[in-house]
Amino acid sequence: MDLTLKIWRQASAEEKGKFVNYQVQNISHDASFLEMLDILNESLVTKGDDPVAFDHDCREGICGACSLYINGRPHGPDRGITTCQMHMRNFQDGETIVIEPWRARPFPVIKDLMVDRSAFDAIIQAGGYVSVRTGGVPDANAIPIKKRDADLAMDAAACIGCGACVAACKNASAMLFVSAKVSQFALLPQGRVEAQERVQKMVAKMDELGFGNCTNTYACEAECPKEISVANIARMNREFLAARIAAPKE
Amino acid sequence: MTKIMYASITKKIIMSLAGLFLTSFLVVHLSINLLILFDDSRQLFNEAAHFMATNPLIQTFQWVLFLGFIIHIIVGLILQIQNWLARPVRYDHKGSSELSFFSKYMIHTGAIVFIFLIIHFANFFVKAKFGHLAEIQYESGTYEDLGILVVQLFSDTGYVVFYVVAILLLGFHLEHGFQSAFQSLGLNHSKYTPVIKLAGTLFSIALTAGYIAIPLVIYFS
Repeated sequence: MDLTLKIWRQASAEEKGKFVNYQVQNISHDASFLEMLDILNESLVTKGDDPVAFDHDCREGICGACSLYINGRPHGPDRGITTCQMHMRNFQDGETIVIEPWRARPFPVIKDLMVDRSAFDAIIQAGGYVSVRTGGVPDANAIPIKKRDADLAMDAAACIGCGACVAACKNASAMLFVSAKVSQFALLPQGRVEAQERVQKMVAKMDELGFGNCTNTYACEAECPKEISVANIARMNREFLAARIAAPKE
Repeated sequence: MTKIMYASITKKIIMSLAGLFLTSFLVVHLSINLLILFDDSRQLFNEAAHFMATNPLIQTFQWVLFLGFIIHIIVGLILQIQNWLARPVRYDHKGSSELSFFSKYMIHTGAIVFIFLIIHFANFFVKAKFGHLAEIQYESGTYEDLGILVVQLFSDTGYVVFYVVAILLLGFHLEHGFQSAFQSLGLNHSKYTPVIKLAGTLFSIALTAGYIAIPLVIYFS
């Protein structure tokens, strides 16, 4: 298939970017989207042009490195997968594909389609961990956990921190990401110990970094490659409200 | 300045509580409005309006209501401005993967409802409070005829169209707002959330239909 690619090119964070159109020919329906970009980049390198910069690592949907806002959708047209798992059979011959970087104030463009997502790391550093000294490895059945809670915690922990929720949100809100990280601990007894401080610190960091506010539009859930539920956002709202009410006088 | 900044979730919780409170006001307001359709003499409506304007509890609560409006509007504006600032560079290809459609237009529907509110206020509240209304005699006594004001306004085509459009937008605002308020308060449950969403939609439709019925019935009779 032959395609026109309308790609955001930006030499560096400081310089102004613009869209550039590229033509690619004879792309297989079975090629992955990133393979298609590899083919484009090879042709650019052969011509002596600067290849299009984009993030990628594992190429099997678990690392959270790949991004790309494709035709108005983070990770492209398929549901529940990352860009690297998406194939060219989702597109028609002759189609124009618009490829943009994630757009959010806390995610500045580094180059072309790569954005700096270290804002997510900063949120994790603010409280997304368990600092309880556990000593040796306890027996697996030493702490009873309801199967349902274990499953919900696992579903929340499936978040790969790719930032598609922020990219999809009309407000560039990070609530789905933060709520998944809060939930995976809040649901388990080991995480309960620091639950109240955690949710307050992580929300404060999220706000400080300039992410938008949640308007319950739920575009995040629709676009999340791991199909994280917005029920996690409600859980975080509950956790936050309870923590604020119970918080001792400063 | 730093201490005035509430957390995003705190602001959302304030929005949802104020919104639900204003929704309860809409129900009370509609139940009184509907009385005008029940008798041509407007007695029920005028008596109810008289009660609302003179009852000390209602009069005190009126200030709480104003506060509710002010909080909902100001916090809503702050949230919206922050949301705009969170994405300084817009997408070329707009996304459309939202699951709650009207959430995208809360600021727009809200703004038009606000304009409607001001006009509505000037038309009724200011006239009833500070102007002189004609008086009407019933068996139970003499009342200010607020009802005639309604009938006069609703015979003006332009006003009826404006009223109907504004109420429709209010309905859209509610359709998202109702279920969204529960989510913001953390009330999400696999069993009850679908019920809340359905109830919110049905409630918005019923409320919109109720409000719209009044000008249409008066205009066409």
